Amino acid sequence: MSDWPLLSLVTFLPLLGAAIILVIRGDNDVVIRNARSVALWTSGVTFLLSLFLIAGFDPDQPGFQFVERADWMPGLGIQYHMGIDGISLWFVPLSALLTILCVVSSWYSVEHRVKEYMVAFLVMDSLMIGVFCALDMVLFYVFFEAILIPMYLIIGIWGGPRRIYASFKFFLYTLAGSVLFLIAVLAIYLNTGTTDIAVLQTAQIPESLQYWLWLAMFASFAVKVPMWPFHTWLPDAHVEAPTGGSVLLAGVLLKLGGYGFLRFSVPMLPEASEYFTPFIFTLSAVAVVYTSLVALVQQDMKKLIAYSSVAHMGLVTIGCFTPNALGIQGSIVQMLSHGVVSAALFMVVGVVYDRIHSREISRYGGLAERMPVYAVIFLFFTMASIGLPGTSGFIGEIMVIAGVFQMNSWVAALAATGMILGAGYMLWLYRRVVFGKITRDDLKSIKDLRWNEMVAFAPLVFLAIWLGIYPSFFTRPMEPAVAQLLQQAQTVDTAAVAGE
Amino acid sequence: MTTPLLDLTPALPELLLLIAGLIFLVVGVFREHDGVRLISPLSAMALLIVAAIVLASDKTAADTFGGHFRMDAFAAYLKVLIFVGVAGAILVAQNYLEDERIARFEFPLLGLFGALGMSMMVSSNSFLGLYMGLELQSLAVYVLAASHRDTLRSTEAGLKYFVLGALASGLLLYGISLVYGFTGTVMFDQLGDLLRDENAFLSKGALVGLVFIAAGICFKLGVVPFHMWTPDVYEGAPTPVSAYIASAPKLAAMGLLLRVLIDPFGAWVDQWQQIIVFVSVASMLLGAFAAIMQTNFKRLMAYSGIANIGYALVGLAAGTQQGVNGVLVFMAIYMVMTLGTFACILAMRRAGTYVEEIDQLAGLSRRQPMLASILTILMFSLAGIPPLAGFFGKFYVFKAAVDAGFVSLAVIGLLSSVVGAFYYLRIVKLVWFDQPAEPFDLPLRPSIGAVAGVSAILLVVAVLAINPLFASAEAAASAIFR
Repeated sequence: MSDWPLLSLVTFLPLLGAAIILVIRGDNDVVIRNARSVALWTSGVTFLLSLFLIAGFDPDQPGFQFVERADWMPGLGIQYHMGIDGISLWFVPLSALLTILCVVSSWYSVEHRVKEYMVAFLVMDSLMIGVFCALDMVLFYVFFEAILIPMYLIIGIWGGPRRIYASFKFFLYTLAGSVLFLIAVLAIYLNTGTTDIAVLQTAQIPESLQYWLWLAMFASFAVKVPMWPFHTWLPDAHVEAPTGGSVLLAGVLLKLGGYGFLRFSVPMLPEASEYFTPFIFTLSAVAVVYTSLVALVQQDMKKLIAYSSVAHMGLVTIGCFTPNALGIQGSIVQMLSHGVVSAALFMVVGVVYDRIHSREISRYGGLAERMPVYAVIFLFFTMASIGLPGTSGFIGEIMVIAGVFQMNSWVAALAATGMILGAGYMLWLYRRVVFGKITRDDLKSIKDLRWNEMVAFAPLVFLAIWLGIYPSFFTRPMEPAVAQLLQQAQTVDTAAVAGE
Repeated sequence: MTTPLLDLTPALPELLLLIAGLIFLVVGVFREHDGVRLISPLSAMALLIVAAIVLASDKTAADTFGGHFRMDAFAAYLKVLIFVGVAGAILVAQNYLEDERIARFEFPLLGLFGALGMSMMVSSNSFLGLYMGLELQSLAVYVLAASHRDTLRSTEAGLKYFVLGALASGLLLYGISLVYGFTGTVMFDQLGDLLRDENAFLSKGALVGLVFIAAGICFKLGVVPFHMWTPDVYEGAPTPVSAYIASAPKLAAMGLLLRVLIDPFGAWVDQWQQIIVFVSVASMLLGAFAAIMQTNFKRLMAYSGIANIGYALVGLAAGTQQGVNGVLVFMAIYMVMTLGTFACILAMRRAGTYVEEIDQLAGLSRRQPMLASILTILMFSLAGIPPLAGFFGKFYVFKAAVDAGFVSLAVIGLLSSVVGAFYYLRIVKLVWFDQPAEPFDLPLRPSIGAVAGVSAILLVVAVLAINPLFASAEAAASAIFR
């Protein structure tokens, strides 16, 4: 198995599935049925293959594993270079898993343009996995930006009433961020003569240049995360996107920002990262407190969860720039946890939206009476989102806060405030939707979860608990990579001091 | 260096085209009515065969016609693209000409002679050769633009193009005469040697001449501030003619500009760099912002063309071989995107009449998913989103600019491409998100479908095959640097 180009296989298998769906011809019903099953099978096999990555990953080795290299643009020294380390390891199966869930959970709810829907999600799957495996900056950029195409179509075709506005905002906002990243890639290439990420992690980039590069990368990643005040596209995109779109957006796409900080900004631009750390902490602390407050007053369920995502991702950005292993590992765990929990919460909203076609919180109430299973699932993910011990949310938050506490107790205190406010808005949301008496007629006949919905929730519940009670399974492979990351940042640091 | 006059092998492709054109002319005259059905495919085939000959031929530099004409890797690269592009434009024109009852055999022939002119343009090694080629191309296009003589729009387009084109020719000639007057030569080699010789006294007059020459060529490229004709001519001319004007002649004019600025005026890079930087920035910005308001697809493509040539010029502004390399890659991709898009515009036909308004595309994906997908690929590629080819074109030119220290130029370029993305996205939005308008006429004409489909496929597979294109552009770029 180890000789196989496993990463390429995982990356491009969904694309093959998409191509197969494209050539399906025939009756409308036949096309829909086949498109669904091809999508399910391809995303399923992709996920299974991604599990081989976990099984074959050597957790003691810090460098990149499953490395593949091929010439791509030899004239420029740009290679097709793939590989994963402890930082990217978990994002590949997460992306693959969430894609399956999107396919499964949309089984009945998406009825028009099923073929295109499945193609879009498989293409997304391929690009998301690719972006976490890419070890060349140009290759990374290709995947990173190509994601905009299917996501734009997903929001625009299957989205809500203001989908067109939201899709444009999403596209142009993130495109503007990523072109600045491209400039940074070009400048790095000019300066070091390579775009190979593995090489660049130990390369020395002149300090004066680092600040500019850092800002250019920041523009891109801050929009993706999104950090306050670059977050305004996110609530629009989330509210208008179909459930599957929101799941991938929250589950994977937001992680690209944090991943980018850890992959590029911190190791490649250590001096600048150190210099800008207070800036990041300020923005993140504002994000945590401010967007949590904003979440409190939302009337729309999806908007509430979208704002809570911004707040949770604030913790991630704090963790990324904490100069100790605890904080960085915490931010990765927090990303994974948020990937699982917020994806699940968007699916939770999607379930009732499919039945009632409204996301207004005041439109609901008393769902516990008719939908007991739903109420339990919703409660579980509410708790996970708040960070109840025993769930994944707790581990990530506590690691980040403990990490940052070692260097700045104020930031830690503000970050912890976010947890309290989070408990406030999540519990209040839960109370208004699930508890109380049913007043509206259409809620009296609402059906509990279907089989496909339960199947979709099951792995997320399982993961949230697993990550919550046995986090070392997940953090163990990260350790060498994170240690190396810190060491890179520090050696450059001491070298700079010695040079002075 | 000068070879005997009678050695015509370097000009073999042009001679073949000329002979083919003359034969088709005679055939056309005798066939009168159904001539176009015969001449169109023949012309396209002749162009493709000549392109294949160029591709296979020896690409070491060789001069003929007293040194006024040069065949080298640079010319060969552009010629192949020009011939293929013109062949594509002729192929997509056929049905339109018949539908609009303007099917005259002169149409493909003029296209062929225009290609001959373009081919001479990129092979010119002196200002005489340059001017001859440019005028041959322009004359053909003037007539083509006005070829729908019964409609006001077409005659207006033709007239506008002719008058402004004549003005530009005047500027160009004036510049050439200044350069000749102050340096005493029209030959690129001699001029280059003169300019490189630091001891030679050179009057500023030649510099003024350079400015006029650059302006004249910039007019043909349709870049700001010489862009005013493009939207009107694109919109007014018959759609296949717009397709023709938008694709290959841009390539030829760019080839001309590259050769003139790099080869004879290479030593004056500091002087012309300022012009190119200004023209490039102005084109990118105007192209991006002015396109937003357009409702006519052809006008939109005109502004898109202005912006795209602006991006290409970013590479030239770098003034390096790498930059020229980027320009060549960019232009090749640009031509494919433009031809493909115009083929899609030609597919917009409702109850027998051609429509050009962007709104008419609404809901195309429901009725014609294939055409909609092709158009989507083209639009995302024009917007420069990877993994489509349009991204790589921009990547190479911006990379060259950053390498040469023009970071701000690259930043402006990339940010204006974000603005540009807005109007390409608007088309994708109409195609996929909006409620269907009336469907277009089916079936799709095979020639149009083929050109559109092939261009979309090329743009997708470019991510794998970018390297051969890059390598041949590299060989081409090195030919004009010494």
